[in-house]
Amino acid sequence: MSGDAHDPALLVEGLHKTFTLHTQGGIQLPVLRGVDLAVYPGECVALTDPSGSGKSTLLRAVYANYRPQRGRIVVSHDGRPVDMVVAAPRELLAVRQRTIGYVSQFLRVIPRVPTLEVVIDPLRAFGIDRDTALRRGRALLARLRIPERLWSLSPVTFSGGEQQRVNLARGFIGDFPIFLLDEPTASLDVASRAIVVDLIHDALARRAAIVGAFHDAEVRQAVATRTVTLHGREAAA
Amino acid sequence: MDADVPLLRARGVSRYYGARVGCRDVGLDLWPGEVLGIVGESGSGKTTLLGCLSGRLEPSAGTVEFRQRDDRVMDVLRMPEPALRKLARTDWGIVHQNPRDGLRLGVSAGANVGERLMALGARHYGRIREAAVDWLDRVEIDRERVDDWPETFSSGMQQRLQIARTLVTEPRLVFMDEPTGGLDVSVQARLLDLLRRLVTDLGLSAIIVTHDLAVTRLLAHRLLVMRGGEVVESGLTDQVLDDPQHPYTQLLVSSVLQP
Repeated sequence: MSGDAHDPALLVEGLHKTFTLHTQGGIQLPVLRGVDLAVYPGECVALTDPSGSGKSTLLRAVYANYRPQRGRIVVSHDGRPVDMVVAAPRELLAVRQRTIGYVSQFLRVIPRVPTLEVVIDPLRAFGIDRDTALRRGRALLARLRIPERLWSLSPVTFSGGEQQRVNLARGFIGDFPIFLLDEPTASLDVASRAIVVDLIHDALARRAAIVGAFHDAEVRQAVATRTVTLHGREAAA
Repeated sequence: MDADVPLLRARGVSRYYGARVGCRDVGLDLWPGEVLGIVGESGSGKTTLLGCLSGRLEPSAGTVEFRQRDDRVMDVLRMPEPALRKLARTDWGIVHQNPRDGLRLGVSAGANVGERLMALGARHYGRIREAAVDWLDRVEIDRERVDDWPETFSSGMQQRLQIARTLVTEPRLVFMDEPTGGLDVSVQARLLDLLRRLVTDLGLSAIIVTHDLAVTRLLAHRLLVMRGGEVVESGLTDQVLDDPQHPYTQLLVSSVLQP
């Protein structure tokens, strides 16, 4: 990524998101009410609000999965600023392909697609050749302790923890300049959590800008360089 | 190729059946390598719109432009009939909901695939047959069946054969009308996986009409939601499915199990 090292990789300003539930009498749920956030290359910002207060909504809005009503979400994409709130669909797709990686705790399983293919999919979409993608996919699956005999199977029948580790392999396979992590360690055992902490440290060493929700206090302390709350100031670490 | 001109551009496309609205004032841009899903319930106008976009149905108003291989932009609705037919045989492919509408039932599977190549001028029998067998492999039809008539195939196999017949000429734009409609669930999953791989490997641009939101989640980059002939919402597929804005889209999404 080019641009000034002192510029944030991700800048959120005055972000508002309200859900209107038309099928339930038009109830309005204001979730984000003027959120400001700046995340710089090489830092991992942890959102520390209690559950249900909008951390996932913010991360999804930054990924342009949710559509905010007001505010700006500016990311540095290919060395120029792109506002995710107003960018055209195909520009959003390009940002997701090259600039922002999003990792949640849930794997969206596609029937019949083998684990290894699920994992390398983001690299293939990026245009990386198949052999390189396969090499990285195998290395990451091994690192996340998915037994090799499972690589050629669809994750449909895997346990929750295995599916989550497949999802992490898929999420971390790209060298994205920005990572959004939504409870990446939620249902993992201690050993797997330590591997995810390592993966996050690797990304930080590459100067990635990371923002995430980490429910697990130990993981949060291990990875966060700074903690914030959505509608307040900096929180105590 | 100029990347800043869409492959297909439609503006103000309307089609009336007497006083009844088929579709009204629809505009869209389709970019190379992009798959656009058009969703809505029966009678929402999505098949009418697909007919207008693919030159098979004359709109009452509007324009549809297609960028050819040489970057010339053609007005699809004002093209002379022979030119339109040539376009349909070469750069375009159409996958019908009922494979019987897209296949010739009275000739072999191999001939069904080879025929589109011959229409483009291929004459070498060995090479045509080779291409046909290769495509049967790609759509997971046993190559031993190359000389069998499609009438002896299951509906899932017929649909895969129609896809092979359509894609053998490497069209730049494929129109699909409910490609997984009427198939058993396990057959659907296989076909979806196949379509997903073909779309990625060939970098296909496609417009897919379906009422199945799960199909769009797997195949489409973007969605248009239609109701009463009009587009009520559009956006990235996951935006529309995960954060639907329009009351009708919210109803559609909340009415299905895990779209």
